Amino acid sequence: MHPAPSVIIFSVFSGMGFGLLAMLGFGFAQAYGIAGFLWWGLGYSLAIAGLLSATFHLANPKNAIKAFSQWRSSWLSREGIAAVATLVILAPMALSDWLNLGWWRGFGCVGAVLALFTVFTTSMIYTQIKAVPRWNHWVTPVMFMAFAITGGAILAGLPVALWLIWTVGAALLAMWWIGDGAFARAGETMGTATGLSAIGEVTVFEQAHTSGNYLLREMIYVVGRKHAAKLRIIAMGLAVALPALILVLIPAPFGFALAAVSHLIGALAARWLFFAQAEHVVGLFYGQR
Amino acid sequence: MTTLPATTPKKLGLAIDLDTCVGCQACVTACKGWNDQGAGLSDQDPYGADPSGTFLNRVHSYSVQPIEGASQIVNFPRSCLHCDDAPCVTVCPTGASYKRAEDGIVLVNADDCMGCGLCAWACPYGARELDADQGVMKKCTLCVDRIYNENLPEEDREPACVRGCPTGARHFGDFADPESKVSKLSAERGGFALMPDLGTRPVNRYLPPRKKDMRLEASVLAPLLDIKATGFAGWLDRVLGKI
Ligand code: SF4
Ligand code: SF4
Ligand code: SF4
Repeated sequence: MHPAPSVIIFSVFSGMGFGLLAMLGFGFAQAYGIAGFLWWGLGYSLAIAGLLSATFHLANPKNAIKAFSQWRSSWLSREGIAAVATLVILAPMALSDWLNLGWWRGFGCVGAVLALFTVFTTSMIYTQIKAVPRWNHWVTPVMFMAFAITGGAILAGLPVALWLIWTVGAALLAMWWIGDGAFARAGETMGTATGLSAIGEVTVFEQAHTSGNYLLREMIYVVGRKHAAKLRIIAMGLAVALPALILVLIPAPFGFALAAVSHLIGALAARWLFFAQAEHVVGLFYGQR
Repeated sequence: MTTLPATTPKKLGLAIDLDTCVGCQACVTACKGWNDQGAGLSDQDPYGADPSGTFLNRVHSYSVQPIEGASQIVNFPRSCLHCDDAPCVTVCPTGASYKRAEDGIVLVNADDCMGCGLCAWACPYGARELDADQGVMKKCTLCVDRIYNENLPEEDREPACVRGCPTGARHFGDFADPESKVSKLSAERGGFALMPDLGTRPVNRYLPPRKKDMRLEASVLAPLLDIKATGFAGWLDRVLGKI
């Protein structure tokens, strides 16, 4: 799948932002006055920057408002609704923390649960797609949730981040380990795609068109996979190992700030791979994956 | 509405005969031509070095090697299969994609589409292409603007690709009716669905290539190759043979 920067930035930033909003909503990290404003502001900015970035991926953004309508069947629609609901419901809590009003934390807790649900809906947009076997597995939501909760905990300056970060490591390993065999396990081949396997072995004789098209650009992205192994090491190093080391060695708050930067870059690398390594079954028609 | 109808009284679709298709691309052109009216299907750099365009139907060519015997070429048209369990419809957040309750045709309402492309990801068959100029998703409409169009002469009330196919390799009809031409054809010829394990329950059926005749070891013309030339040609043959 084409690793569009807008979608990578969207899912990483908004995931981390909603993770931080969840931590603040639950009240795991509390700050008042200017500090409270900045913390909530950071959560809101990341979440909103992510959502805005997602709209750059739309070819016809003027109809984006209609995306709130199909929650009955569409995870993307549910995500839109959950995201907006989270931002609205958490607003009183943010105000209360900023101005030290001491309002009831119930709003915060509901908003925090919604924030995590939003990340889950994001992950389900990918998980639901059977045509991309690598994504079509429960490990995808686990990976998204691990990133959001860990990223949120680092940004919130919670010491537990040092432990949570290993869940990201485990989720990435599981994702890669399960994902690498997923296409083969799904069992679709050029023979099942064309239905010609009953006759014999199928190969491409001539492509359907001589130059590119939307399918080849969007779904049959084969560029850059050759560096996958190196990128996996970079992702694991920057998202997990280095931030863990920083958290052990460098005292708060600098430790958390540095760890957050490293974790963010690692998360972007991991998300790039999430797309670039995902193979869509439509590639079978073209003999490319 | 992107929830799917539980069932549709009609299941309109195509039966595509992989035996008769010669890969001439007439259906590709007929489809593009018919659907290029109104908003149309845009092309980018059509006469330049790197042309690209929106098509609702594409024809591939495959070579199939049986365990025994010669390999054979199979031309393979690929367009929307109007799936009963269409994943492209349920993922759509805007309601632009829908499956018609009355006849099962899967359509996109361009006025609602935001061009997110998620439906194209969800389709296993590559049946949806985003129009790069208009920013909205395009797909086969089963020529819904022809099949019910009373302004057209009766014989034209079928999809453009069916009408345009010079070998009659594409057949249009109602798969819900076991007596329809397409249902019978599919039953007779062992029509199959593509990637059925993905649970999309396609309506369209592909009719497999028929068994080919045995390849003869020697040409039927072989005895004729031994003809002895006579007269002038014979003399020339002898003289040239001696040189
Ligand atoms: S072939 Fe693709 S676009 Fe057509 S109905 Fe099936 S899933 Fe949807
Ligand atoms: S591209 Fe258009 S039709 Fe397809 S899912 Fe997005 S909004 Fe729906
Ligand atoms: S039915 Fe119409 S829109 Fe669909 S492939 Fe044929 S010509 Fe194109």
